[in-house]
Amino acid sequence: MSSLIEKSLTEIHSLLIAGEVTAVEAVKACLDQIEKTEPEIKALLAKDGENALKLAAEMDKLGPDASKPLWGVPVVIKDVLATKGITTTCGSKILENFVPFYDATSVAKLKEAGAIIIAKANMDEFAMGSTTENSAYQTTCNPHDLSRVPGGSSGGSGATIAAGQCFAALGTDTGGSIRLPASFCGCVGVKPTYGRVSRYGMIAYGSSLDQIGPMTRTVEDSARVLNVIAGHDKRDSTSVDCEVPNYIEALAERTDLSGLTIGLPEEYWGEGLSEEVSEACKNAIKKAEELGAKTVPVKLSMTEYAIATYYIIAMAEASSNLSRFDGIRYGHRSKDADELIDLYTKSRTEGFGDEVQRRIIIGTYVLSAGYYDAYYCKAAQIRRLMRNDFEKAFESCDLIAGPACPTTAFPVGELTADPLQMYLMDIFTISLNLVGMPGMSLPVGIGKDTNMPVGLQLMAPAFGETTMLQAANVLEKSLPDFSKPQQI
Amino acid sequence: MSDVKLSTDEVAKVASLARLDLSDKKKELFAGQLNNILSYMDKLNEIDTKDVEPMFSPVEHTTVLRKDVIIKEHTRDEILANAPDSDGQYFVVPRIV
Repeated sequence: MSSLIEKSLTEIHSLLIAGEVTAVEAVKACLDQIEKTEPEIKALLAKDGENALKLAAEMDKLGPDASKPLWGVPVVIKDVLATKGITTTCGSKILENFVPFYDATSVAKLKEAGAIIIAKANMDEFAMGSTTENSAYQTTCNPHDLSRVPGGSSGGSGATIAAGQCFAALGTDTGGSIRLPASFCGCVGVKPTYGRVSRYGMIAYGSSLDQIGPMTRTVEDSARVLNVIAGHDKRDSTSVDCEVPNYIEALAERTDLSGLTIGLPEEYWGEGLSEEVSEACKNAIKKAEELGAKTVPVKLSMTEYAIATYYIIAMAEASSNLSRFDGIRYGHRSKDADELIDLYTKSRTEGFGDEVQRRIIIGTYVLSAGYYDAYYCKAAQIRRLMRNDFEKAFESCDLIAGPACPTTAFPVGELTADPLQMYLMDIFTISLNLVGMPGMSLPVGIGKDTNMPVGLQLMAPAFGETTMLQAANVLEKSLPDFSKPQQI
Repeated sequence: MSDVKLSTDEVAKVASLARLDLSDKKKELFAGQLNNILSYMDKLNEIDTKDVEPMFSPVEHTTVLRKDVIIKEHTRDEILANAPDSDGQYFVVPRIV
């Protein structure tokens, strides 16, 4: 790695503001790294290097603007987010040529803060997947070991960060799609509270579950990006109108973990967890205790029902959300249809990949007359019981900690034949999406068997991002730096 | 995981409701996979949910209303630019009636 791209976002931003690095130099460093690493890693879809360089040159001419928290910083955006003038495919053939004429609110906010978009990140089609193998375009490889998956669905965002192609990426998390690739790629990934970040311009998968969040190399970097993208938006009625704390200032307020109680749910630390993940996460908890944290056992007894609940709700919402793809106003239109229903059917059948079709069919089934109460309504009731479970657990602790995933990154192709086995990988991440609370994955070690990164997941009550980021920041600073792949 | 909930014909029927057309091979493949998934979902019947209010979203506030004023944000040209077929004024679709 050239020295520039080894910097954290916070470091490069200081250099940019001080005029020691120009925006053009920062963009060029990233574009060079992309050229070098991308043929093997395949983290990116549309690239916008030329426009990025042009914009950087214009910004350099005006000089650094210290009031902009991301001035001159090259970033990558998951392809599920609308970017004005840049092709946005959502990893699907059905949107192969779709060029949005507006920015997602989170993207507009990054631009307003001075960030420079250099590319779009690969993803599982419509964010449906845990490995990025469901992308209609390419399978992204894990920069730590090219034979392994980067996780998903924000696998391109995780891999681009681990490969040093940019300083921050946006991901989205419907059932773990930020935390899982963060864990597999050894970077920091934050899923904010539902309603913390506007979803306007995010191509919807499960509207009551989706959240946009940062993926970066350090906790402070994620705090910096979250500061920029958080907040109420009149264009998203589910974005919550409450004050956004200054997450960066808050980081400085805590230098140890004294006075903090961390709950350890037995359901997350027992059966099904690989030995290497268990060991690395337990070491991190030991470190947290040395730093002053108190740990207590907590119960999340609904955990074993989370996957079934999640997939009913997510697929139901997906079947409804994806009905907009009809081949009429945008997206793929079949060439050989001669009447309207035939046009819908052929366009959708040609445009959607297998996993998307599976989820639409199950979603349609669980919402159909006669099955609605047995599946969708039942799942929604259990969802409330799950939230009660979490609220009760948080009565005795400030944060909850557990592994982000039962294993480290597994080999490409290992789980593709059995969708249900793939869904089971989400066991530790999906509960938070159902209950709407924030969580993050922090790299805490390298698995001794696979030599791959291990992520510890921290979870907080709704709008408790501050405490979560503070604790992660303290822990990160006391652990060795695991985020750099050895190969790059 | 033994009980079959969806025959291949039923899979095809649900698919057609969602405007999807499956090949025979895919019908077979999906029927097996979907039955596995749906059987797994039956796990939820272990829980008594009598009198539990369903939770459809983590944000359960009342409907947000905005002032009923017209705002022009985008042009016709911008919106039609992504259309697979248009005459410059309208989206063009196959003859319906």
